Amino acid sequence: MPSATPSSFIPLENIIIPAGFSKPLVELSPVRKIALALFVMGLLVFIIGGTGAFTAVPLLYSFGSLGLATLGALLYLLPLFREYKPGIHHNGIMFSKVQSRGALAWMVGIGMTGFYVLLYWYAEYLQHCIRAADPLSFWLRGKAADQWFLYGTLYTLAVVIMGVRMIAKYRHSRYQIIRTLSVVVFQLMFAYLIPAWLQMMNQPEFYFTYFWPLKYDYLNPANVRYFLASPNQLMVFMIIWGMIMTFVATPVLTYFFGKRWYCSWVCGCGGLAETLGDPFRQNSDKSLKAWKIERWMIYSVLIFVTSMTGLLWVNSAMQGGVLGEFSLGYAKAYSFFVGSLFSGVVGTGFYPIMGSRVWCRFGCPMAAVLGLFQRHFSRFRITTNGGQCISCGNCSTYCEMGIDVRSYAQRGENIVRASCVGCGVCSSVCPRGVLSLENGAAKGRVKQ
Amino acid sequence: MHIVIIGNGIAGITAARTIRKLSDHRVTVISSESKHFFSRTALMYIYMGHLTYEQTKPYEDWFWAKNRIDLVHDHVKSIQTDTKTLLLLSGSHLGYDKLIIATGSRPRTFGWKGQDLRGVQGLYSLQDLQTMVDTTTNAKRGVIVGGGLIGIETAEMLYSRKIPVTFLVREQRYWNSVLPDEEATMITNHIREHEGIDLRLQTELREILDDGSGAVRGIITSSGEEIPCEFVALTVGVEPNIDVVRASTITCGRGILVNEYFETSASDVYAAGDCAEMQFPESAAPSRIEPLWYAARAHGESIARNICLERAAYARKTFFNSAKFFDIEYQTYGTVSAKRSKGEETIVWQDADGKRLLRIVYANDATKRVLGFNVMGVRFRQDVCTHWIERQTSVEEVLTELGAANFDPEFFPECEAHLVAEYNRQTGRNLVLKRKRSLWNAVAVLTGKAAL
Ligand SMILES: Cc1cc2nc3c(=O)[nH]c(=O)nc-3n(C[C@H](O)[C@H](O)[C@H](O)COP(=O)(O)OP(=O)(O)OC[C@H]3O[C@@H](n4cnc5c(N)ncnc54)[C@H](O)[C@@H]3O)c2cc1C
Ligand code: SF4
Ligand code: SF4
Repeated sequence: MPSATPSSFIPLENIIIPAGFSKPLVELSPVRKIALALFVMGLLVFIIGGTGAFTAVPLLYSFGSLGLATLGALLYLLPLFREYKPGIHHNGIMFSKVQSRGALAWMVGIGMTGFYVLLYWYAEYLQHCIRAADPLSFWLRGKAADQWFLYGTLYTLAVVIMGVRMIAKYRHSRYQIIRTLSVVVFQLMFAYLIPAWLQMMNQPEFYFTYFWPLKYDYLNPANVRYFLASPNQLMVFMIIWGMIMTFVATPVLTYFFGKRWYCSWVCGCGGLAETLGDPFRQNSDKSLKAWKIERWMIYSVLIFVTSMTGLLWVNSAMQGGVLGEFSLGYAKAYSFFVGSLFSGVVGTGFYPIMGSRVWCRFGCPMAAVLGLFQRHFSRFRITTNGGQCISCGNCSTYCEMGIDVRSYAQRGENIVRASCVGCGVCSSVCPRGVLSLENGAAKGRVKQ
Repeated sequence: MHIVIIGNGIAGITAARTIRKLSDHRVTVISSESKHFFSRTALMYIYMGHLTYEQTKPYEDWFWAKNRIDLVHDHVKSIQTDTKTLLLLSGSHLGYDKLIIATGSRPRTFGWKGQDLRGVQGLYSLQDLQTMVDTTTNAKRGVIVGGGLIGIETAEMLYSRKIPVTFLVREQRYWNSVLPDEEATMITNHIREHEGIDLRLQTELREILDDGSGAVRGIITSSGEEIPCEFVALTVGVEPNIDVVRASTITCGRGILVNEYFETSASDVYAAGDCAEMQFPESAAPSRIEPLWYAARAHGESIARNICLERAAYARKTFFNSAKFFDIEYQTYGTVSAKRSKGEETIVWQDADGKRLLRIVYANDATKRVLGFNVMGVRFRQDVCTHWIERQTSVEEVLTELGAANFDPEFFPECEAHLVAEYNRQTGRNLVLKRKRSLWNAVAVLTGKAAL
């Protein structure tokens, strides 16, 4: 009988999981099989439509692709409410080829990355695919779809559909249910429907849930002047709203609730990460090295965006006198490297490989600002419940921000980290009830 | 000074880390199970695919060299206390100035017939886990013997792979030797909600059957029933893992005998964690082995302080523990025994679907001071509960403030008022819950501020 001290000394440096062991155990129910087929069919129709095969039948194309895929996905996910008892559902994640960086994960990653590349730089190849969003676009905005409307539609569908999954999966936690509903509703209303309706009414497309520095052009001098000078009261309101959110709401709300009020309750990027990204959250790197890289990168982006906006203002105040084209070039560079390449291609495309919050962790300047407030002027912290931690590592593993939560918990310390988005998953997955997201006195949060 | 530690479990590693924090002594940790420290409590999560082995390591591999903690991946064969040297399996010798033995436990067995067959095992080490992975890859049924914490974890492991389980429990209800009847009933019912788990109460193992090739083919229960299976987990508890120590001059009882300073009978040799049996010659209290993660951690820290700072007796804190039974979390603070003893009174509430429970045990005298808390499906704050117990706060004061102890996440329904109502119903009193869950309230209780 094997035991702690083997008579013959067998050193072990890993647990070897045989292939037969990691086979998926649950046979899909017939309904879910059909649903999966519908989803794949929808996807295929969408891709085939990219060749222009269905240009003659736009409505059919739309229903056959987006409609079918949505139906399939929902039919696939809804039975989870019956199959999942309230509780933790992490069985087999580390054996999964999709969720643990297997070949399938790379395929999904490459597919998503490729889509972003087309979207940002080769939209002409998407011309036919865009037609799939036409019916919706006409209905909501009164005009034909463009690549961004298609993107917005796919994005919102992903958040809604995978939001259903998130709720099914974490439904033992009211915090997770309410928070997921919140990100889904904010995405659907404020980042999709309202901007569309604004366009229908010939108003500028405006996102009430995005502010500078995430939406860097909302504080660009040209924009600010244009909006402020507009006779349209709504436009004046929009630009002032953006400023209030950046300069007043951001520090105040973060003081009271931590950055979670935005990152895991409101923000669309966060919304996608918390829903579509949830299956991949465990792939974020927890090493100290990753934390170092993260700090370098995110604060560099913050400096980049701040200096860019600053330059634009200086240049605009001097009517282009000193800096000339430089500030514009600087802004273009930012928009290319950060706005497109980082936030889209890498930030979302790499979900399956680097975890769900690649952009939020390494690139988002909004997260950087919120994080500085959270770390230094906030009532928010994750409390550790005395000495109850058993160092199991569930919290660290399932932290999408790559925070080594355990390293604090096992020392009985509060977790006060700039990057924590307050998703609450560490607290949900802890098997010993060690962690709780709390707001309390700002003083004395951090152990000296 | 060269301090050598045998065993890289939580006791040994906490000692090593604390020594490093407090001093510049040379520190060497020898262990045969794994090169690096991992969390034993997370073994089940590796099996179920929640975590990889790598993720159960609380420190990254560079940590040890950076903190000048030498790791030796070898097995100690013998301890020579006269020459202060260790003989390792690889043949090398290692001298020490001070030795800390933290060799942990091993699964206990009762000499059952067939207990050495292939497919029969305990679950303690990484090696055990590997064996379990290998034997259960194609197993059609597993039998678990022993209704304790590791038993139910093993059941959950097999359940996660849809392997039918027969779970033999000696008591009338699951873990009824530790849990009071209500709690034990709740968990018993919860176990039974899981399809494929055949819970057999008041049933023991009689013998394990050989298939003729040295592997298990089934078992026979105490009632004479034969149950075919390919895997048997023996989880009837653990015992100190001290064969090497027994063979030395160091005095052992059930474990390595130590005083309140963790000193063994040999000079400059200490023992900590699961393998240590602490004696209290002055108070004549019975000797104690505490096979718990938290205790092992506290031992390790205490020893390091004894060596690096000043020699101080081990001050055991108010007891606490926690576990998770499938989906139901459990926390306990202070003393809550399975059978209420004389002089104790208890108040308990549980919800209708049997997933949440609150219990307070208090003294049946004029003080009515609280002695312990049990919570299931609800999280309570250790510092607040401990504060009340240590200050001998009366149950009535505790009840009016009880919300301050709640540690559930935001938006979770609070259930403290139910316990207050139950108390009022039983005693005819008219207490009102004055505090709700919040960090502010918890701090207020801890700092002695009156309820708002
Ligand atoms: C599956 C499981 C779940 C558990 N869950 C919990 C829980 O939830 N809560 C809780 O409080 N406790 C739990 N425990 C108990 C807890 O893990 C132990 O109390 C704790 O690990 C003891 O730590 P230790 O440092 O004393 O010994 P160990 O962790 O046993 O470490 C001792 C080490 O020394 C090595 N060793 C022994 N002899 C030699 C030798 N001669 N030479 C070299 N190396 C040697 C061993 O191989 C081992 O690696 C659990 C235990 C198991 C098995
Ligand atoms: S620390 Fe916890 S709450 Fe914060 S981001 Fe990580 S998992 Fe979410
Ligand atoms: S999940 Fe809980 S018990 Fe496990 S390491 Fe994190 S805080 Fe500790």
